[in-house]
Formats: sequence, C-alpha cells, structure tokens
Amino acid sequence: MTQIDHLIEVRGLKKTYQSGDTCIDAIRNMDFFIDDAEFITLMGRSGSGKSTLLSIMGALNHPTQGKVLVDSLDIYALTAEQRADFRSEYIGFIFQSFQLIPYLTVLENVKLPMAVTGTKKKLQDRMAREVIDRVGLTAKSLRLPDQLSGGEQERVAIARAIVNKPPLILADEPTGNLDSKTAGDIMMLLQSLNKDGHTVIVVTHNPDMEAYSDRTIRVQDGEYMA
Amino acid sequence: MLFLVLGLVIGVSTVVTLLSITDSMTRDIEQRLNRFGANIVMVPKTESLSLSYGGIDVGGVNYSVRELDQAKLADIRTIKDSKNLSVVAPKLLGPVTVNGRTVLLMGVLFEEELALKTWWHKSDGIFPEKEDEVMLGSQAAELLGFKAGDTLVLSGIPFKITAILNSTGSSEDDAVIADLGASQKILGKAGKISMVEISAFCQGCPISEMTLQIAEKFPDAKVTAMKQAVMSKMQSIDMFKSFSLGVSVIVVLIGSLLVFVTMMGSVNERTREIGIFRAIGFRRGHVMQIILLEAMLLGVIGGILGFVTGNGIAYGLMPIVIKDGAFAGIDSYLGIVSILMAVALSLLASLYPAFKASNMDPSEALRSL
Repeated sequence: MTQIDHLIEVRGLKKTYQSGDTCIDAIRNMDFFIDDAEFITLMGRSGSGKSTLLSIMGALNHPTQGKVLVDSLDIYALTAEQRADFRSEYIGFIFQSFQLIPYLTVLENVKLPMAVTGTKKKLQDRMAREVIDRVGLTAKSLRLPDQLSGGEQERVAIARAIVNKPPLILADEPTGNLDSKTAGDIMMLLQSLNKDGHTVIVVTHNPDMEAYSDRTIRVQDGEYMA
Repeated sequence: MLFLVLGLVIGVSTVVTLLSITDSMTRDIEQRLNRFGANIVMVPKTESLSLSYGGIDVGGVNYSVRELDQAKLADIRTIKDSKNLSVVAPKLLGPVTVNGRTVLLMGVLFEEELALKTWWHKSDGIFPEKEDEVMLGSQAAELLGFKAGDTLVLSGIPFKITAILNSTGSSEDDAVIADLGASQKILGKAGKISMVEISAFCQGCPISEMTLQIAEKFPDAKVTAMKQAVMSKMQSIDMFKSFSLGVSVIVVLIGSLLVFVTMMGSVNERTREIGIFRAIGFRRGHVMQIILLEAMLLGVIGGILGFVTGNGIAYGLMPIVIKDGAFAGIDSYLGIVSILMAVALSLLASLYPAFKASNMDPSEALRSL
C-alpha cells in the first residue's frame, strides 16, 4: 500500500481574534490536507475566514489552537526567525492588489525575495529575468509598477512569488482587481505553474475560477466545508 | 525622508555655522592681537631706579644696573613652547646728547622691531637698514630740528637719518632709534640689552606657561606677560564658545527628535511594505538592517549637506559678525565630525523605530494590505 504524502496537513485549527471584550472565531476546528502539486481554490464569502486560513498556512499568522504541518514540518513549532526562513524557502505569496514596492522596478521587485537567500547577484539577475520572461514582461522589466496595467502588475506579483522556486504558492484574491479576460489569463498562468509542480492555493470568491483548480475547499463562518 | 534629511541638515549646519564662526572669530582676534605687538616683556631684575618705556618699567638705563646678555637671548628659542614664539625684539636703551639735549637712544634690530610694531609709519624716507642709519621719533625730530636725509652725530659717529617716525603716542616719539649694534657701541655696552619684547602666537598659546618657561631660562630677568588684553578678549570668545556649544546641544536634541518622529512616521507609513518584506522571508534582522542602513545613508547625506550649508552660512555671516573678519576656511576635521555626528544621530534616533518595525507581527502588517 502506497502512503500518500500530504504537502499540507491542517489539524484541529482554530483562530480567535480578540476585539475589546469580544472574541471572534475566524477559524473553528478545521482539519484537512492538501497534496503536493494540487491546485486548490479556497472559496467563501467575505469574512468567512479564508484569508485568515491562507495566512495561517503561509506561516504568517499564529493559530490559537491546532497545527499546520507543511512537508511534515510543524511550522508553528518553529521560532519566528525560522518561520521567516521557511517562508523564504517554501512559500510564494501573491497578495491582494498586487502589493509591489512602488519605487522599485519590475526587475528589482522580482529580485526582492532573493535578497535574503544568499543568491549571488548575477544569478539573482538571471533568475529574475527568467521568471519575468515566463510571465511575459521581458520588455517592461525596467518599468515602475505604476507604469503597468493591473494585469501586468499581477504578473509581476506572480514572478516575485515564484522566483525562489517555492513548492507552495498562496494567492489571495489574485484576480479580484482584474477584468474577466485578464483574470482568466492569470488563472491560466497559475495553472501552468501548477503543472510545473507548484502546489497552488488561490483564495477567491469568484465561482468562475473554480474551473481552473483540481479541488475546492469551501469555508463558511470559519468552518471547513468539503 | 526629505524632512529627515532637512532635520539633519538644519542640525548639522547650525552646529557647523556656530563652530566655524567661533573658530573664525578666535583666529581673527588672535591675528589682531599678534599684530598688536608684544605680549611678553623681559627686563633685567633690578632694585634700582628705572626709566619708563611704553608704560612698562624697564631696568635702570641711567644708572649702573644689571643688563641682559644679548648672546644668551638665543636660549629663548629652546623653551618648550618655542613654536609659539613669533617675534623676539631685543633693545638697548640709553641717554645720548644731541645738539646739547639729552635724548633717549633706542637700539633695536630693525627687522624684528618693524615686524613687532606694525603700527609704525614713517612720514618721510625709508626705514633704516644699515648700521649707520637711524630714525627719529616725531617729537625728537621736531625739537632737534632734523629731517630725513640729514646727518646726526652720536658720540662722534655720523649717522644718516633715513626716516622720521609718525607720532605713535608713546616713548618712541622722543627717541633716536638706531641699530642695536651701533647703539651698544655708542653707549659702551657691547653685547648688552635693556629689555626684550616678545610676541607669541596665541593660537592655543599658553602665555602664562611660556612666561614661566622663559623665566626659567633667564633667571636674571623679570618676565611679564601682558595678558590682560588677551585674556579679556579670549574670555569673550570663550563665552561665545560656551553659548555656541549650548545652542548646538539644543539644536542637536531638536534634530534628534525630528529624526525620531520622522523615522517613526516612516515606519508607520511603511507598515504595508514591512509586511511584504516579512511575508517573503525577511527576518527581523533584515528589516532592522534596512531601516538602519537607510538612516545611515540619510545621515551621510544630511551630514555632507549640513556641513556644506553650515560653511556657506558661516562664510556669508563672518563679515557681518566681525568687521573685515575673514572666514577661517573649511575645517576637514569638522567635516568628518559633522558627518559622523549626523550618522550617529540618525542611527540613534532610528534605533527604536527600526526595532519597532522589525518586531511588527507580519500578519498585523499584512492586514493593512
């Protein structure tokens, strides 16, 4: 019997936010797993807890209770600095509204994650140009983010997320600010990255995006709905 | 960031301006004092009567008193602070008879004397250069009826009067001023001198100590520092220096506060950016490094700009602060100190903001995304 290795295992996960005297349960007892090289869409209404779940899986947000194992590694048993190294090595983030550094060029934005990996400057440059080429922005590598369209900025964000070749790509509403055609192009790009072996988890509330994924995890009021 | 650099520029330029002006003022006053004449006078120790010269009691001239040996005068250049010695002007004083009148003969080394008495101006002729040339004080020339070009006989030796000195308001007006060697022959005091006037450079010159050092070398002499004028002026400068220092400290404190507030504001504004850095794997140390590196860079820029601006202001203000005052010049040491100060200030004021930024919870920071 073959044992399946899950890339992510979420066990008994709970996240409660304190707001004054009020406690808000953002995540309630979640248990699920995600396999290596899966393309997952994480769906739910606004405030359902999907972004919180994504940030917890991304080693950014300490859960109130439970464990998240990535590659069998309990990421919240690590120190804050070890988690920073983990994020650098394992995770590529694509944030809502692109979140590029406005005063850096496309090339510099893409090279940013390599600044802390000890990659040599020449290699950094080559790797960044490769991924910029991959997302189709070679001609615009020296432009500033505000000189690009929304779709192009999203591509830069994707290039930045994959430049360190992380096994896991977490995208929070990557198509939220894009028209449907551009959104479709972006999802296809993510799909091709998934085909290259990246595990991709996309938070979205757009049901059209489901079609690009292997599986959908629905979140409702902080609970996992299969 | 512009405000941060501006804060540093204001702080550094104020300090540089004040220090440059103080330095320029000190140099200017010292130069004026150096031009003013002797600030140390050496006369033989004596208990006998004395003649007065320039308000200073000099050893007995008319009487049999001890005098100083000219040969030993070279020892003055061996004192510890000899580098501060500028002009050493020995002179021999004695009475001579000219046209039936007793006149003060003042034997001097013209080169030294003219370097010391920059206010001496002649009404006619040229200053004596040879041993057989003399110069008359204005009063002496008038009373004795001589003019430049005439010949004066002293103890049977003819001397050419090459110049008549304009009135100085002091003893020179009544004197015949001759070469020291010639005067020693006329007065029969070969190798002797009555007094020595010494001008010392005052740039960090310890006049009191130099007086003691000279007195040690010349135990038979009474060495007096004419330091009252120097001291009162230096005290004024010292007061201004203290005031400048006080203002500088306040400006630096205000500058630090400005840098601190700006840096805190910058960190708060950049929460989103710091969140991105942390999310993509930057450690706390990396974030701190970024903030402090920025602070250092801004410190260097602020320091250089502040130094240049400060010198520019000092250059512009100097003629207003002191009439005919000149800017002392760019002090490279002050430049290095200014840049280091700006960097240190910037780093110190940025330490807490950098610490705060590095300790920002990435999930909190990312909530603003």
